[in-house]
Amino acid sequence: MAVASTETTTLNNVEAVRQTLYEALKNDPRTLVMGEDVGARGNVFLITKGFIEEFGAERVIDTPLAEASIVGIAIGMAMEGLRPIAEIQFADFIYPAFNQIVGEAAKTRYRSNGDYTCPLVIRTPYGGGIRGALSHSVSIEALFYHVPGLKIVAPSFPADIKGLLNAAIEDPDPVLFLEHKKTYRSVKGEVPTGHYTIPIGKADVKKAGTQLTVVSYGLYVHQALDAARQLESEGLSVEVIDLRSIRPMDRTTILESVRKTRKLLIVHEDNKFGGIGAEVSAMVVEDAFFDLDAPIRRLCGPDVPAMGYALTLEEEFMIPTSRMAEAMRDLVAF
Amino acid sequence: MAKAIESPVLERHGLSDEQLRAMLRNMIMQRTLDNRGFQLNRQGKIPFATGSEGHEGIHAGAAMAFERGRDVLAPYYRDIGLCVGIGMEPLDALLSMFARGADISGGRQFPNHYTNKKLGMLSVSSIIAAQCTHAVGVAYAFKLRKEHDRAVLCTFGDGATSEGEWHEAVNFAAIHKLPVVFLCENNEWAISTPREHQMAIRDIVQKADGYGLPGVIVDGSDPIAVYDVISAAFGRARSGGGPTLVEAKCYRFLSHTTDDDDRTYRTREEIERHRHLDPVPRFEKTLVEHGIMTVADIDAMKKDVLREVNEVTDRAEALPYPEPHELYTNVYEGTHEPWL
Amino acid sequence: MSTTITMPQLGETVTEGTVAQWLKKVGDSIEKYESFVEVTTDKVNAEVPSPVSGVLTQIIAQEGQTVPTGAPIAVIEEVGGAPAPEPTTSPSEALAAPLAATPAPVPASASAASNGHANGAAPRGGNGVVNAPEILRRVSPAVRRLAREHRVDLVAVRGTGQNGRITANDVLASASQGPSAATATSILEAPLPAPTPDAAKPATASAPKPSYGAPVPGETIPLSQARKIIAQRMVDSKHTAPHAWTMVEVDVSGLWKWRNAEKERFQRDHGYPLTLLPFFVHAAVQSLKAYPLMNARFTDEGILVHREINVGLAVALDSNLIVPVIRDAGQYSISGLAVAAGKLIERARAGKLGADDLSGGTFTVNNTGANGSVLSAPILNGGQAGIVTMEAVVKRPIVTKDDAIAIRSMMNVCLSLDHRVVDGAIASAFLVDLKKRLEAMAPGGTL
Repeated sequence: MAVASTETTTLNNVEAVRQTLYEALKNDPRTLVMGEDVGARGNVFLITKGFIEEFGAERVIDTPLAEASIVGIAIGMAMEGLRPIAEIQFADFIYPAFNQIVGEAAKTRYRSNGDYTCPLVIRTPYGGGIRGALSHSVSIEALFYHVPGLKIVAPSFPADIKGLLNAAIEDPDPVLFLEHKKTYRSVKGEVPTGHYTIPIGKADVKKAGTQLTVVSYGLYVHQALDAARQLESEGLSVEVIDLRSIRPMDRTTILESVRKTRKLLIVHEDNKFGGIGAEVSAMVVEDAFFDLDAPIRRLCGPDVPAMGYALTLEEEFMIPTSRMAEAMRDLVAF
Repeated sequence: MAKAIESPVLERHGLSDEQLRAMLRNMIMQRTLDNRGFQLNRQGKIPFATGSEGHEGIHAGAAMAFERGRDVLAPYYRDIGLCVGIGMEPLDALLSMFARGADISGGRQFPNHYTNKKLGMLSVSSIIAAQCTHAVGVAYAFKLRKEHDRAVLCTFGDGATSEGEWHEAVNFAAIHKLPVVFLCENNEWAISTPREHQMAIRDIVQKADGYGLPGVIVDGSDPIAVYDVISAAFGRARSGGGPTLVEAKCYRFLSHTTDDDDRTYRTREEIERHRHLDPVPRFEKTLVEHGIMTVADIDAMKKDVLREVNEVTDRAEALPYPEPHELYTNVYEGTHEPWL
Repeated sequence: MSTTITMPQLGETVTEGTVAQWLKKVGDSIEKYESFVEVTTDKVNAEVPSPVSGVLTQIIAQEGQTVPTGAPIAVIEEVGGAPAPEPTTSPSEALAAPLAATPAPVPASASAASNGHANGAAPRGGNGVVNAPEILRRVSPAVRRLAREHRVDLVAVRGTGQNGRITANDVLASASQGPSAATATSILEAPLPAPTPDAAKPATASAPKPSYGAPVPGETIPLSQARKIIAQRMVDSKHTAPHAWTMVEVDVSGLWKWRNAEKERFQRDHGYPLTLLPFFVHAAVQSLKAYPLMNARFTDEGILVHREINVGLAVALDSNLIVPVIRDAGQYSISGLAVAAGKLIERARAGKLGADDLSGGTFTVNNTGANGSVLSAPILNGGQAGIVTMEAVVKRPIVTKDDAIAIRSMMNVCLSLDHRVVDGAIASAFLVDLKKRLEAMAPGGTL
C-alpha cells in the first residue's frame, strides 16, 4: 500500500467515500460523477453534498432515471478518455445496467483486443440490516463476479475504502465499487491523509490466528472480528481475512492462511447458493486439499430472494455475531 | 473527364467531382466487399457474412460528411461502407471476415464488428443499440473538454429504436444538447420483423418530438441527399445546437446474414418492388447523366475495385488465425491470471 | 450415604454404553474423580471417574453388559473408608516364573487391546489407543498426509477432535513423541485393557459363572473385551504375515553357570531377580543390529527398517496377554535389562503399565520355556518381522567337537518370521548369530 503520509484522521466509511471522491474531482480533471440525485441533492447519503457547487454541473451530473444509460454513457466517456465515476443509487437498481456492465464494459478491452479500454468506476451502496426490505438490501456481487473483464471490490474499513476507491479510479479497467450501507456511519477508523492506493486484488488479514481461517467481506467482517476476539478470550485462535477484493480475489493469502490453520469458514451476507463462498471453497479444495483438516463451512445468507421489511424477517436473514462465534467454535473443535 | 451538364441541375451541395466519384467508389467497394463475403461463405471459406446491400447511399453520403481525425463514429454491424468511407482499409474488412490474428480485434469479433481507435471508430457490439449510450458519452466528453468542433455519428437500424437504451441515449443527448448525429438506417426490416411490428408510427423521426430534438427524413438511396442532411446535422452539433435524429430510408435487399433465409418471411416480389431503391445503379446513372463519369469510367472503377478486393482477399486468406494462447490476453490490462 | 452411579452419556447422540471392565472390585475404596470403571460406546471408550469418594458396595452392571444411558451400574457408599489392600504378589515372586501364567500350551505372543480403549492400566491419556473403524473412515486429507509424512499409524493416534476425530494436531503430537511413538501397524500393537492385579478379581453375588480362569465343561465362557481383541489380533497377524519358522539349538551351559554365580548378589543389590531373560535380550539386540531386517516391518511403501530396537517381552497375566516394551534396548547392559524387565513386569502385575510401556515394540521375545516347552511356533506380534522364543533349558547329551558325548544344558531358540520381509537365509543367519553370542556367554563376563 503506497501511503503518502503517516498522518491519519478518523473517518467513518461514508466520509471516506466522500473525501476520496472530492479529492479525485479536485485533482483529476478527467473525473466526474454521475447518477441519480448526485447533484443538487448531493446523493441520498450526502456523499456528494456541495460537489456540484464546487465542481459544476458538467462534472456532477444528475442523470435521468435510467440506470442502463448511467453506465452506458459512462462507458462512452471512459472510452473517450474521461474517468467517469457512475453511481447506481442502490445496488438493487443495477439490473437494467447489467447489459452495459457485462455485455459492454467487461468486454470492451477484450473484444477490441486492447484497441479500446474502459476505465470506469461504478459505485453503489449494497447490503442489509437497515430495514431496507426487498429493494434496498440486496448483495449483488455474485451476479457480477463471474464475469471476466470486470473488477469488483467491497472494502468495509475507511482506510481500505479510500485506498481502493483511488485505485479503482486509476484502474484502466471497469471496477464495480460496492459500499455496505450499514457500515457507512457505524464503522470508523484511522485513514491516512494524502493520496494513496491499495492494490485491487489484495485481501487483508485483519486478525492473525492459528486454528481457523475465516474469510469474509462487507459488514460481516466486523462481526467476524468481534466473534474472533470473543473466541480469543476463550483461548481459541481465529484468523480473519477481509477479502476486500472480490475479483480479482487474493487466492494466495487465502491459501497461505488455510495451509496454516487447516480449517476454513466463509461468512458472507449474500445468499449461500452460488455466492462468493462457493468459489472460495472450490478454490481451496482444488489447491489445498491435503491441508484441510475439516470440511469447509459456509455461513451465509439464506437462499431467499431478499430480507423482508418486518424486523423479524430481517433479523432472520442477517447473521448475528453469536452465530458466527458458534460456527467458529464448532470448526475449531472439529 | 466530361464537363458537368446542368440538365437537370444536380444539387451537389458543395461536393466536387472528385468527391462524387469517391462516393461512387465507396459504394462499389461496399458492394464488392459484401459480395466477396457471400462468395467466401458459399465457398465454405468463412462461416458467416453480413450484407449491406441497399445501404450504400447512406454510407457514402454520411462518410463524406464525417470529419476524419475529429469526429467519432459509433457504428453497428451493417456499416461496412461507412467504415471504409471514413478510412478503414478494405484489407481490415477481409481480415475480419477470415478472423485472422492480424485483424485489429485479433480475430475475436464477428465479421463487420470492427474497431479502430485511430480512425475514431468505436468497437462494434452485437448488442443492438448498446453503442447509442456510448456515443452519447463520447459526445459528452467533447462538450466537457470544450472540443466544440467535434461530433459523434451514431448509426443503428430501425429495430434499435425499440430498445430501451436507445431511448435513454437520445433522451440524455437532448437534455444536454450533445453533439450527436443519430442516424437511423431504416431498411424496414429487423431480421424478419417488418416496420409495422416494430412500431405503431410510420416514421422513426416521429420519436424525435418525444425527446425534444429535431428529426429529418432523407432518401437513403441518394448519397448526395444523405450527405447534405448529415452535414447539416453535424453543423448543428458543432455549433452547440445539440443532437439530430436523421432517418435515412432504404431497403435491405439481402437476408439479415448468411444464417438468415429471408424467403421464410418475405416474397421475391416484394424485394423486386423495392429494386428501384438500389442506390448503386441510381448513383451511377446520376453521375453519368451529369457527365461526371462515363460508363467506361465506371466499368474501369469497378474493375479496379474488384482488383483491389481480390488482392486483399488473397492477402488476408494467406495470413494465419490467431494463436490459441491469444485467447487469454487483454482481459485486463497486464498479465492475465487464469483465476482472475 | 449411598450413591447410585449411572451409565454416563458419552457423546451427544449416544444412548447406551457397555461396561468394558471394572477397575475396582466390591469392597475397594474409591477417591472422588478416580477412574473406577471402563465404559465403551459406539463412539467413545472412556474411563469413568467417580463422582464421590467412598467404597464400592455393589456392582449392578457386569462386564460386557450394555445398559441405556442413565441406567444404574454400581453403588458407592460414601464413607471415609480404609484404603484397599495392596496387591499381595511381591515383585520377586512375580518374576520367579517371569512369564506365562496361562495354561495355554501354545503361548499367544501377540498382544492385544480393547477396541478403542483409551489406555492401558494407567488412567492416563496417550497411546494406549486403538481407533474404531468409524474414526479411521473419517480421517481428513490433512491428517492422512501428515500421518504418511511422519510415519504415524492412525490406528493408535488418540483423537481429540469432535466425537473422537483424529485431528492434524493429534498426528503431529503423536509424531513428536519420537519415531516409535504410535508406530503400531495395526490393532495388533496397541495394548490390552488394564490387566487387573491378580488379587483384584471382581466379586459377584451370584453363583460362579464359567470364566477363562475357571472354565466349566459344557459351558460357554463369554468373551471378555481382552479375549475378543486377542482373538482378532491373532487372526489378523496370521492372515497378514506369511509366517515361516526356524530354530536353533543353543548350548547355554556357560550362560547357565554365569547366571547362577551372579543371581543372589544381583537380587540383593538390585531387588530384582536375574533370570536368563536379560542375557538373552542382550544377545538378541546385538544380533538385531547385525541383521536389521529382523527389526523391520512390511509396508506397502517398502520395508520399514526401524531406527530403534524396542524389545517387547511377552507377559501373560491372568487372562490377559501384554507385551511391555523395553525401549532402545541396546542402551542397556545385561543388568540394566534385568532391572528394566523387572520393573516392567512388576508394573504389569500391579496393573500400572503406562502407554509408553506398551507401545513401539519392534521385536518380541517370549520365554515360553518357563512353561516347559521345548519348541514353540509363536505368532508374530503387531506386524513385526520376527518373534523369538527361549525354550526350556534341558540337560541333553550332545556330541562335542572331538566326537565325544557330553551332557550340556541345551535351550532351543525358535523364530517365527514374516516371510514378506525376510527369507530363511537371513532368519537363520540371525539365529545362528544369536546362538553364537549366547554360547559365548560364560562366568566372568560383564553384566
